[in-house]
Amino acid sequence: MKLSSYPLDGKYGKYGGRFVPEILMEAIAELEEAYVQARADPEFQRQLDYYLVEFVGRPTPLYYAENLTRKLGGAKIYLKREDLAHGGAHKINNTLGQALLAKRMGKTRVIAETGAGQHGVATAIACAVLGLKAIVFMGTDDCERQRLNVFRMKLLDAEVHPVESGSKTLKDAINEAFRDWVTKLESTYYLIGSTMGPHPYPMIVRDFQSVIGKEIKQQFTAATGRLPDALVACVGGGSNAMGTFYPFEDDTDVKLYGVEAAGEGIESGRHAATLAAGQEGIFHGMYTYIIQDQNGQIENTTSISAGLDYPGVGPEHSFLKTIKRAEYAYANDKEAVDAFLLLCKTEGILPALESSHAVAYAVKLAPQMRKDQSIVVTLSGRGDKDVETIAKYTGVQI
Amino acid sequence: MTAISEKFQKAKANGEGLLIGYITAGDPTPEQTPKIADALIRGGIDILELGLPFSDPIADGPTIQEASLRALNAGTTPLKVLDIAEQIKTEHNIPLVVMTYYNPVFRHGVDSFLSQAKVAGVDGFIVPDLPLEEAGDYRKAAKTQGLDTIFLATPATSNERLRKIVDASSGFLYLVSRFGVTGTQTSIADSTMQLIKHVQPFTADKVPLAVGFGISKPEHVQQVIAAGADATIVGSAFINIVKNNAQNLKTALQELQTSAMALKSATKL
Repeated sequence: MKLSSYPLDGKYGKYGGRFVPEILMEAIAELEEAYVQARADPEFQRQLDYYLVEFVGRPTPLYYAENLTRKLGGAKIYLKREDLAHGGAHKINNTLGQALLAKRMGKTRVIAETGAGQHGVATAIACAVLGLKAIVFMGTDDCERQRLNVFRMKLLDAEVHPVESGSKTLKDAINEAFRDWVTKLESTYYLIGSTMGPHPYPMIVRDFQSVIGKEIKQQFTAATGRLPDALVACVGGGSNAMGTFYPFEDDTDVKLYGVEAAGEGIESGRHAATLAAGQEGIFHGMYTYIIQDQNGQIENTTSISAGLDYPGVGPEHSFLKTIKRAEYAYANDKEAVDAFLLLCKTEGILPALESSHAVAYAVKLAPQMRKDQSIVVTLSGRGDKDVETIAKYTGVQI
Repeated sequence: MTAISEKFQKAKANGEGLLIGYITAGDPTPEQTPKIADALIRGGIDILELGLPFSDPIADGPTIQEASLRALNAGTTPLKVLDIAEQIKTEHNIPLVVMTYYNPVFRHGVDSFLSQAKVAGVDGFIVPDLPLEEAGDYRKAAKTQGLDTIFLATPATSNERLRKIVDASSGFLYLVSRFGVTGTQTSIADSTMQLIKHVQPFTADKVPLAVGFGISKPEHVQQVIAAGADATIVGSAFINIVKNNAQNLKTALQELQTSAMALKSATKL
């Protein structure tokens, strides 16, 4: 069985599935049917390609980071520049795809969850350009921490619904989006932001994000005549990593590395490294690894990067870990900040703190590899949003 | 025949509906739950539904969300919920079902948890985030233990699914009255009555039909039973009484008993 043929019957091995209240089962089946039809429709693909090229600015460059490579003295490092996509992150690949699907399904109201605000902003952008109403659920703690993104969403004509329940962060925003969805199934499309949730969401998001990996393959082969030796991407819910990995899943010579957020350190218990330190469970509609206590209650996570701060992970990552097709590592807050600063100085690029986790791992990996080998690191987003956090972390007043 | 089925059969013979009372186990504390259950049982509820608190209850409205948080903060664990169930069953001969999201059961181990639940005197389970397609292990374990598996049907459920859900349900079928989450409302929509009339022929002679979500007053109970339901489920209304009398348990218990009594009378048409 080719790995790229998963999911089979909604599952990646034993992971994935549809663990949702009965009231959503028909809506999710309707979504799957609509998506499978859209995927096979050349007109849908043409529309999506049009927006990806003309609106998002794809393809994004695959940049050879010569200075960083020289400094590390090992394998060549290439950067997939998703930070240069419209909106400043890879999130737009998915929101445009799903918003087009929502429109095709005749839905008028799009709901989304957001933690740091990046998916919320990307949803607001896609809905604005396609003429859909966007409603974004966001925990009140996150609204406070990410005031600028709240305002950005409002400028883009989205409605922001602060969520007071539970821990008032991303997982609660997702809970609230599900609760809203069941009240207005007819009109509403739930636009999930990562490769998570009940089937078919992990597949839909992966497919729309796999434009990243397809371009890497094309660009790298055009430049070198072969495939890279390793791919490195950060993993929260796991969408930029799945998008990077998926087109290479069956190229078994290409090593896949996912990098989770170790926060203040795995041993501190304050982290978001789900695959490294979580256990199997059922959460947000999927069977996957989860950060939970011994009683099956979901725990809060910690990371300097809000985009990785989630107690679950996409089920396909759990599958790739279990069958050992991908390796999952982690970087802590300090390593991520060091990598952020390093990339600023050596290459003149401010990576998002999420992506900095991937850079941090590449910094460890490159010197262990030969000089004729190559690593592609996906820079999932740009770091302008993070400069305040970096200043605070490094004790600088701005 | 299970204790739940027996209860329904007796009620049918008497020409009345059943009142199922839901409370979140451990709200406000594990020690108080048996007293709260006792008040509801004295008031006349026929079946007790004990909610096992979960950190992320996506099918529940604010009332049960907050009750779950209070229970978790008071140190309620899945095994403590079974202790509470056991305590209640020692004092009362009443069918008891546990409502739980799937992860706490899964984390503990499905077979082991259901077997311990059986020992504690639990009669059945409701798992709102476990649809039929994913319920294989759970149904097998429940069958082994002789526990009823109560599945949910909703206004969004097609006839085709409804048939399968009815076939997989034992004890009763839990019909969700509306597009939404749990929580009280001022009146019952006409669409709920139509829904009951639509679903009733599917359950007739197969499994009793219980209707929940948004039912909080005697007139709601009366309407729902008159429309053809075999039982109504009341939850958030009871939890609100507990919450509003947090400083005075005695008052809460009195009010719970009075409220259950009024709701129960409404099941007798």
